[in-house]
Amino acid sequence: MIQIESLHKHYGAVHALDGLNMTVEPGVVYGFLGPNGAGKTTTLRILTGLARPTSGRVVVAGVDLTSDGHTLSHRIGYLPEEPAFYPWLTPREYLDMLGRLHGLDAAKRTTRGKELLALVNLGEAGKRRIGGFSHGMRQRLGLAAALVHKPEVLLLDEPVSALDPLGRKEVLELIEHLSGQCTILMSSHILADVERVCNVVGIIARGRMIVQSPREALMDRYAQPVFEAEGEDPAAIKRWADTVRLQSWATAVNLDGDRLRVTVSDVKRARRELLASAVAQEIALRRYEEVRPSLEDVFLQLVEKEAIQ
Amino acid sequence: MNFFVVLRKELIEQWRTKRMLIVAAVLVIFGLASPLLAKVTPDLLKAIPDVPAALAGLFPTPTLADAISQYLKNMSQFGVLLALLMSMGSVAQEKERGTAAMLLTHPVSRFTFLLAKFVALTFTFAISLAVAALGCWYYTQLLFEALPWGPFLALNGLMLLVFLVYVAVTLLCSTLVRTQGAAAGLAFAALIIVAGVGSLPRIDEYFPGRLFTWGGTIVLGGGDPAWAAFWVSLGIIAAAISIAWLVFRRQEL
Repeated sequence: MIQIESLHKHYGAVHALDGLNMTVEPGVVYGFLGPNGAGKTTTLRILTGLARPTSGRVVVAGVDLTSDGHTLSHRIGYLPEEPAFYPWLTPREYLDMLGRLHGLDAAKRTTRGKELLALVNLGEAGKRRIGGFSHGMRQRLGLAAALVHKPEVLLLDEPVSALDPLGRKEVLELIEHLSGQCTILMSSHILADVERVCNVVGIIARGRMIVQSPREALMDRYAQPVFEAEGEDPAAIKRWADTVRLQSWATAVNLDGDRLRVTVSDVKRARRELLASAVAQEIALRRYEEVRPSLEDVFLQLVEKEAIQ
Repeated sequence: MNFFVVLRKELIEQWRTKRMLIVAAVLVIFGLASPLLAKVTPDLLKAIPDVPAALAGLFPTPTLADAISQYLKNMSQFGVLLALLMSMGSVAQEKERGTAAMLLTHPVSRFTFLLAKFVALTFTFAISLAVAALGCWYYTQLLFEALPWGPFLALNGLMLLVFLVYVAVTLLCSTLVRTQGAAAGLAFAALIIVAGVGSLPRIDEYFPGRLFTWGGTIVLGGGDPAWAAFWVSLGIIAAAISIAWLVFRRQEL
């Protein structure tokens, strides 16, 4: 559905995108991850036609953006990180205007408007001027606006970053609900959200794709087992952490107060030796467990590795 | 046609943000006041205490020509100023706020976006000027004598054309820059250049300002038509919108 080949975008001496390659298959929810300034928003703006690539090829829904960008607007929906609206319009009027632009007749516009406002939980605010809306309400209205014409491809730039926990939950549920109905490309820095709703993940750094893969395959390939422990005496935990760092199977040891997090390369040895070393040092533990590595662990591992290279 | 959808949005914006009302109010006030001022100014001057009788006798009796001259003077100053103020933020503000980016990811071409703005401003100035002209016509025939409809209509048509030159040039300035303040600065610089160059002898025959003079002579008689200024004005409008489009279609939002 989206095919990006050797995409470059230069702003003077700054290379925002430096040969990005990316493939998004139809029907997936693609989590687009990367540190700040990695090129996520630039990529999305190129996909919408709001920015032009310096070089490279971008094909979305069968349309080559270098030759025919205008045709694409019927087929994509776009939610920018900070959606902007005309403050003197009401949400109903705004969605009605977009419906007109997409050629919907009056009856369909009314139905679709009501349906979308209910979906994003703005039904009661439908007749209020957008000028008085909170950030979260604008974000939800932006999502409704992106869905007016039932697009084949939905591009979401940090769709939940401005929302409170309840709003975040609602929007994530909505994205899950849309999964399968259209192809979704979603950039986010909230990795737990990506882990929850995305079935394919792409990690970008310095304008290049580091890795893209189905989420489970990515976790299987890159996620290293992690052990977590919490003790009663921070000084004792620190002494224990120093001894653990000397072990060949410990690839990362992070200490945060009385909480120790150990990433290991050999899980069998770690299971035998880690707890045993705590017992040998007579360290009193409140909690000790082997935890499932998160997408955040994989993300940090890959991005740090890329930064070192 | 998506042009009419965007035009509708522009007209709603002008109505709800009271821009349409401001243009109409200012032009109508000066349309009504022009013949009134022409009529009462000599009497007001005579009424100043201690004016010598000989000097008071020098104040001429106001005529229809004074009323038209006052109308042209007021409308040329305030109409042009309004054209700048109403147009300077039209594109720059949408780029600055991000509303242009939101709208242009839907099926709206950049040419449609610009043209709808120009047509909406044309509509606002045309309606406002029509009401102002009606007021001026009524007061003039009440205080002086009946104005011939055809020539007065032609005068207002030429006046509208001058306003639209400034609307189009300001729209271009608004497209070239990213903020409303920068657009205002650029538009005022353009106004000073056009007014300065347009006041030079011989060259003035080709500049929009000449249309005010031509409009006056159509109503009052005498003087030559200024067709060169007419065609140059239309050319400036077409060129400003075309350049704005060529620039805007290459801009990243």
